[in-house]
Amino acid sequence: MSHPIQLHPSADFIARTRAATADKDLRKGFRGAMDFLQAKRAAQFPDPVELETLRDLGAAIRRHSLACLPDLLEQLEGRLTANGIQVHWAETPDEANAIVLDIVRRRQAKSVIKGKSMVSEEVAMNHVLEAAGLEVLESDMGEYIVQLAGEAPSHIIMPAIHKSKQQIAALFAAKLPGVAYTEDVDELIRIGRDVLRRKFAAADIGLSGVNFAVAETGTLFLVENEGNGRMCTTVPKVHVAITGIEKVVAKLEHVAVLNTLLPRSATGQAVETYQNFISGPRKPDELDGPEEVHLILLDNGRTQAYADREFRATLQCIRCGACMNHCPVYARIGGHAYGTTYPGPIGAIISPHLLGIGATHALATASTLCGACAEVCPVRIPIPQLLIRLRNEAQADSAHASALRGAGESHSVLGSLIFRAWALLYAHPAFYRMATWLMSRLRVLAPARQGAWTQMRTPLIPARRRLRDLLREPRRDAARDSTVA
Amino acid sequence: MEHDTAGARRYPAKPADVYLFATCLIDQFAPEAGMDTVRLLEREGIRVHFPADQTCCGQPAYTSGYPDEARAVAARQLELFPEPWPVVVPSGSCAAMMRHHYPKLFAADKVHLAKSEELAERIFEFTEFLVHVVHFDRPDHGAASTVALHTSCHARREMGSHASSEALLAGLSRVKLVRQEHAEECCGFGGTFSVRHPAISEAMVTDKVQSLVAAGAECVVSADSGCLFNILGRADHMDRAAGRDSPSLPCEHIANFLWRRTAETLNGESA
Repeated sequence: MSHPIQLHPSADFIARTRAATADKDLRKGFRGAMDFLQAKRAAQFPDPVELETLRDLGAAIRRHSLACLPDLLEQLEGRLTANGIQVHWAETPDEANAIVLDIVRRRQAKSVIKGKSMVSEEVAMNHVLEAAGLEVLESDMGEYIVQLAGEAPSHIIMPAIHKSKQQIAALFAAKLPGVAYTEDVDELIRIGRDVLRRKFAAADIGLSGVNFAVAETGTLFLVENEGNGRMCTTVPKVHVAITGIEKVVAKLEHVAVLNTLLPRSATGQAVETYQNFISGPRKPDELDGPEEVHLILLDNGRTQAYADREFRATLQCIRCGACMNHCPVYARIGGHAYGTTYPGPIGAIISPHLLGIGATHALATASTLCGACAEVCPVRIPIPQLLIRLRNEAQADSAHASALRGAGESHSVLGSLIFRAWALLYAHPAFYRMATWLMSRLRVLAPARQGAWTQMRTPLIPARRRLRDLLREPRRDAARDSTVA
Repeated sequence: MEHDTAGARRYPAKPADVYLFATCLIDQFAPEAGMDTVRLLEREGIRVHFPADQTCCGQPAYTSGYPDEARAVAARQLELFPEPWPVVVPSGSCAAMMRHHYPKLFAADKVHLAKSEELAERIFEFTEFLVHVVHFDRPDHGAASTVALHTSCHARREMGSHASSEALLAGLSRVKLVRQEHAEECCGFGGTFSVRHPAISEAMVTDKVQSLVAAGAECVVSADSGCLFNILGRADHMDRAAGRDSPSLPCEHIANFLWRRTAETLNGESA
């Protein structure tokens, strides 16, 4: 059973980061994996001009999709329906799960096999289906591993990236009957596949995510590397796809561009092993394919981001995971410490709309704003700028708090007082001069303990004389008549 | 996030006068970095004007969720530079704040927006200014030395001035520049991040110190004091914990380093 979603990821965030950074194996594992993925991505984009041009194009396509989102969704629904795909709209996770349970009941389904879907994680679908008595099996190898371990994915593309070969070997030996401990990766994959192959044939419903939904053709585009996605969407009699409302694009040709960016940014692959274009259920003259295909379009707070001129950029995301692969914070704490379905930089900017700004405030502050994420984002989401905006919204006082869900919930009286005092000092040069003069004079009294700063650094001591003092002194070395004015 | 890349920006001819916006960190905690910035510019025949009313660029409030307080402080800095001279900032991070973020901060305030846009064009990170405006070229009088360069994230990703810092060090004949692993990665300072998220900050800065030591650097040079205080403070702390008396990782602002190596005393010996 997968972890239920944390409703207030901010609450124990600091404690989780302490535990994660103290875990040497986790640190080493993530560092190695991130270095590997960064190098693979870099190798895919040898020509910076091509890369920047593609990013411009990718960003323009995603912005265009969002600019006409309501129209595109309407067009998508029309085309999908004409193609025989049943479209369902879900405003909340509960509604999405209710739609799936309804299909389950109508088909009297006993088992569900799943391809990789982060949106299904977002709505905690495994949890709900299992509670309703269904057998749910993840068929993506990484997802299968975290499901066996009773964990949640720690990365949106590589769910089990936090696990070492040895940990997976021990997990398989402990959980799978008759399986002996082996660290042979090929053998481990073979063991997993054996289990999964048998389940595909027996499953009543196949569930998958969607990478892009094409409005003009009514096509669901899904990429994967293991073939399990194609099995999930073609072998069971019912295929249910679930995705966020932002994943729509206007034209098929837009997919060509976005999918030139997606695998190269994500795993550093030139192209995925499988690209599935799903355009409807089995037709009367066809031999295989599902009898029913459903698409669930989930809102879950996305319309809040959509309605805001600045936050709308959040929805440009194509879920490649490059931001987390390049994030120095993610590399130190891994995905689980975030406590959200989507970890890393994209998690910090999308989660506030799903769970509220107050509940996720710690994620927005857990960034140095270094900009590594924005530098690699294939669709140019200005992530650091959005983090700054989220910080503003989170701590705003009641007079300034916006209508965004959870805005102002993290308002701190002490924090406001500190920054008000700071502004008083720094916006009034006379005060500033007096305060800094005092600090230089009283430098011997500089505290040896300066809060969290000196937990692991030596204290900061003001200089004997400030720069402005030194500049006023006569200088032997003066080469020009520079001034202090 | 906007980027400046060397070559994309149009640079003026070397001026007779510049303003120095020294930053609050240098004014209070590292004044010698400011002094050497002045010395290096004066030696090139440039008069340096230090507006005494300068305080801070406002970044601490801007990145901590206090835009009103940031605006109050930033608005005062906008008044400091009435002449059309370049404004030299010996910090990539503060320069980026003034060049790229002031216009965002004042987006809804027409008067301040116009001023901040005008000022943005005149903001130069110090090494960027030395390379592209001054065309700095001075002989190296220092002893053979192995150094590593740490570039702040805003210098690298917003000002593009990692290239100019590198070029200055490459121009010193007796300096060997070594490259630490993950050179482009953040040191973990991030302003209030360093005290809000101490565990993550510690993990990042510890890795940074270790990579710099492993690279064999005798000295770490940076154009950003915030990063330097973070790296040096951590390295000192690790030295003390290990019982070492002398610093295993001396750090220096690039202005101090450049002046020390290129200054000549009266008898021609190195300073």
